[in-house]
Amino acid sequence: MTIDPTASSIIRTRDLRKRFKGRGGTVEAVKGVDLDVRAGEIFGFLGPNGAGKTTTLRMLATLIPPTSGEANVAGVDLLRDPAKVRQQIGYVAQGGGSDPLMTGRGELVIQGRLFGMSRKQAEARATEVLAALDLTEAAGRTTGTYSGGMRRRLDIGMGMVHQPKLLFLDEPTTGLDPQARANLWDEVRKLRDGGTTIFLTTHYLEEADILCDRVAIIDHGTIVAEGTPAELKKAIAGDVITLGIAEHERVLTLVRAEPYVREANDQDEDGLVRLYVDEGDRALPQLLRLLDDAGLPPQTIALSRPSLDDVFLRKTGRSLRETAA
Amino acid sequence: MKVARDTWLIFERSMFLTLRNPVWIIVGLLQPFLYLVLFGPLLKSIAESTPGFPPGGAFNIFVPGLLIQIALFGAAFVGFGLISEMRSGVVERMRVTPLSRFAMLFGRALRDVVILDVQALVLIVIALPFGLKIDPAGLIVALSLLSLIGLTMAPLSYTLALILKSEDALAPLVTTISLPLLLLSGILLPLTLAPDWLQTVAKINPLSHAVDAIRALFNGHFGDPSVGFGVGLMAILALIALGVASRTFGRSAA
Repeated sequence: MTIDPTASSIIRTRDLRKRFKGRGGTVEAVKGVDLDVRAGEIFGFLGPNGAGKTTTLRMLATLIPPTSGEANVAGVDLLRDPAKVRQQIGYVAQGGGSDPLMTGRGELVIQGRLFGMSRKQAEARATEVLAALDLTEAAGRTTGTYSGGMRRRLDIGMGMVHQPKLLFLDEPTTGLDPQARANLWDEVRKLRDGGTTIFLTTHYLEEADILCDRVAIIDHGTIVAEGTPAELKKAIAGDVITLGIAEHERVLTLVRAEPYVREANDQDEDGLVRLYVDEGDRALPQLLRLLDDAGLPPQTIALSRPSLDDVFLRKTGRSLRETAA
Repeated sequence: MKVARDTWLIFERSMFLTLRNPVWIIVGLLQPFLYLVLFGPLLKSIAESTPGFPPGGAFNIFVPGLLIQIALFGAAFVGFGLISEMRSGVVERMRVTPLSRFAMLFGRALRDVVILDVQALVLIVIALPFGLKIDPAGLIVALSLLSLIGLTMAPLSYTLALILKSEDALAPLVTTISLPLLLLSGILLPLTLAPDWLQTVAKINPLSHAVDAIRALFNGHFGDPSVGFGVGLMAILALIALGVASRTFGRSAA
């Protein structure tokens, strides 16, 4: 899905900061974050543990007050009126928030009533949410008996029971198996397609890449990159096409004239020609046609794409895979 | 009114969860029950032969002390339940709702008060055959006084739980605070038997005034100055405790 760039920001922060006073002195966990999250998108907030992503999320979700800066969340000034922000948002903590002795339905009903619904309205809404999250059969069981994936779905259900415009998910798929993770991604997409803006934190690169419309990468309390996953990767290196081909000089001259080729060389010892292109999947057919027409058919051809990890590596000098492990 | 509605919601939910595991209500009654059955009879013979023992029958002296014990210990340990709710994420989840912060506290404290009043009534009924004599109107006021003790101790326990966030830290602290409060309230033996210095120290303990008030109430002595003083003092302390605790609940960083 494409995001209308003129859509209004549902979260807008300027120079948002958080300092914690601890025994070892003051620690600035968030050092001036500027964010613009557009209405209707899945926004991923990516970074290693301790980078400030959960602190930022907790500030935006009204759990801790910012030290300084500006923030507008769901049309409300966060620093001035956090109580009003709470009416507009849903929040799902990393560890969840259900009582093991309550039933799934019981938790959804009380959550609805906490947002001002009557018991009857809350019952009706709980039935809807349970059905939407495929929890109808488990509704009468205590949440202590749920699997990790079921409990996570219930947590999300509690976050959306009042149909908020904006839903915060803190590390929503941490600890889930791949199947449950994929199911959860589907639920999140459904919510987005229903008009809810999703702000989620993650340290899974593939989650940011596959699920999120746009991402911001935070490291040491500051945003180091922001954009769609594709934009970020493109800005870094572009895609790489590797050709096993004869007559390198002719090939290089030929392809360097093409507008979509940023750079081409055969410097590597493997004897292959490398092309750096903006969009590999578009470039590949054009390239093949070009080489065929010139009577230079390649023996092998491979397309590889930079990952968000390459982006992170380029921006911070470290691999996120290492820091997140 | 929103605060009243929110309070009811939290009361309803916490009462439901307490009643799902009612064994703790019985455990809370066990200790005062054992004191009543296994220690009370000793006191009876002492009361008859000891000069300085206040009039009114041994059990009219003893049972009010046990009731205070129920209120004190019943409410002092409620913070443990809150810590487990913090650990399961329930408290944080509710913080990001429009739920009134005062209701988060008061709904739970009301649950605690209802439980301890029921425990107190059960103990009183058990004590009747032993020779406890109570004035019915006095009983009502006495239960209100116990409720005020609950409304003082429960918010304090919740405040400590919110600050400490750990059972390991909460347990020794609560014990350290409650034991001297208990001993200095003349719960087991009346403080009229105590040496002067101990009586003076005990006067600082608000619970000693509460015990005096309940003893007077059981005997139907509404005009006794200890009644007005005990009720007034506990009401003020309950207001202070509720104020402090709801501030702690309200501070979003807690």
